[in-house]
Amino acid sequence: MSTLTLAARDSSTMLRRNLLHMRRYPSMTLLLIGMPVIFLLLFVYVFGGTLGAGLGPTGDRAQYANYVTPGILLITVASAAQGTAISVAMDMTEGIIARFRTMAIFRPSVLTGHVLGSLLQTLLSLAVVTGVALLVGFRPTANPVEWLAAIGVLAMITFALTWLSVALGLVSKSVETASNLPMPLVLLPFLGSGFVPTDSMPTAVRLFADYQPFTPVMETLRGLLLGTGIGSNGFLAVAWCAVITVLCFFWARALYNRNPAR
Amino acid sequence: MASPSRPAIVATGLRKSYGDKVVLDGIDLEIAEGSIFALLGPNGAGKTTTVQILSTLIGADGGEARVGGHDLTREPDAVRELIGVTGQFSAVDNLLTGRENLSLMADLRHLGRAAGRRRVVELLEQFDLAEAADKPVATYSGGMRRRLDLAMTLVGEPRVIFLDEPTTGLDPRSRRAMWQIIRDLVAGGVTILLTTQYLEEADQLADRVAFLDHGRLIAEGSPHELKRLIPGGHVVLQFADHEGLDSAARLLVAATRDDAALTLQIPSDGGVGSLRSLLDQLDRASIGVAGLTVHGPDLDDVFLTLTGRPDNERAMAR
Repeated sequence: MSTLTLAARDSSTMLRRNLLHMRRYPSMTLLLIGMPVIFLLLFVYVFGGTLGAGLGPTGDRAQYANYVTPGILLITVASAAQGTAISVAMDMTEGIIARFRTMAIFRPSVLTGHVLGSLLQTLLSLAVVTGVALLVGFRPTANPVEWLAAIGVLAMITFALTWLSVALGLVSKSVETASNLPMPLVLLPFLGSGFVPTDSMPTAVRLFADYQPFTPVMETLRGLLLGTGIGSNGFLAVAWCAVITVLCFFWARALYNRNPAR
Repeated sequence: MASPSRPAIVATGLRKSYGDKVVLDGIDLEIAEGSIFALLGPNGAGKTTTVQILSTLIGADGGEARVGGHDLTREPDAVRELIGVTGQFSAVDNLLTGRENLSLMADLRHLGRAAGRRRVVELLEQFDLAEAADKPVATYSGGMRRRLDLAMTLVGEPRVIFLDEPTTGLDPRSRRAMWQIIRDLVAGGVTILLTTQYLEEADQLADRVAFLDHGRLIAEGSPHELKRLIPGGHVVLQFADHEGLDSAARLLVAATRDDAALTLQIPSDGGVGSLRSLLDQLDRASIGVAGLTVHGPDLDDVFLTLTGRPDNERAMAR
């Protein structure tokens, strides 16, 4: 069997294992969907009136629902990443990982199984959250091609953050640490253009907000779904995702290949 | 005893340390194909580390080893194709059912759908798990988990099997069942390296036994050869009170005393002549003995003789 066939076959076996885990214990998936939905309702119905007025002279709650949805979608991705870090860290405490290490299988398949499983889980959460957003007044103007592109961008950032959270799950000595380490990811959409335009922020915060990876991703989504200007954000979003994916893939693989310390 | 077939496992000069702590201090092993080799020693002797190195889980700091003719560091995947490992800590997926665990192994061993399913059913039957097959493993008893663990190891029909303390924590009935499984495996031609703290287990199962102590092999041979290392067994004298024990201990200087049990253990070949002279000696000193038992040499005595101290694990288990 060639390395590629072996990789595909073992990864899909491990993916089935992770999907079984998710199906048997759906509480984690529900929790991961619940958090962004609560954020969405909170920001539309509690803060939406005031924050909408800040968007411009014609700004209102309905306009804010449009503005905030891309940020909420990234919160969804970030919260799913936290779930991935936790399940990877939990998995590493299981004796079966030692068994996998002594089998002639594609070695990173344990990790690719987690990544593919989390990718599917996150895409499902994103679909649910988008559905709720449509119910509370999100009115995208995208055509089918723009929708596909938006899904592509979301899949790329999910893929990147999932590899990051797999690495964070592996580097954590305990499950508690694994649940705390990805916490800043959930904050990043706030410190970007997710909830308010960055030009309303003080200079230092604005500089950070303009140059952190989530902002171009959110601006690209906004452009694709709502027809605002994208500019160089599209290229920046793809570049950030690619860099994070590649770095974190090698980091995670190196962490997994370490001798397990007993 | 010359081994007729080529060795399944050969190791020379295996070393491993964690920081300053030397865990393995140059281990040489040669294990014949189709035999059971027992690695015996107290906790911390290096048994698990030896298994972890030979099963490609961790790397050694020095030395070389070949399993099934393949070098551990140069061809780890060729080694992994041949081996099966059941570690000390249960290596099952607790979130899946027994059947799903076995199917997972069948898929990872690339058995193919139909062949995999057949093998899974076969193993569920063989290991008496058919009834619980579709229950989550988290609900299994200790004995069931251990059986599932071993069944998972056997899915790919490995030629060399590592069993790290396969019966630790099992009740006597499950232990005997596990012994029978191990004997059946070897009858099918596989090679087994097992580690154990129980001298009786090594005596029962192994063709060859090696004693591991502080990361070094201190003796190796068949159980029979090892027992011949010491001339005889011992006699245990039971006393009614401390007074009797004290005076007997003064009289018989070679004896080891156990104050809690009020017993005295005296090295002896167990022959009638030496027994008579022992009793005569006690008689002349008018020391009353409540009971006497004669023990043939067992591996406990070998360990004691070789290390000059009792095996702690056994001492605690008594």
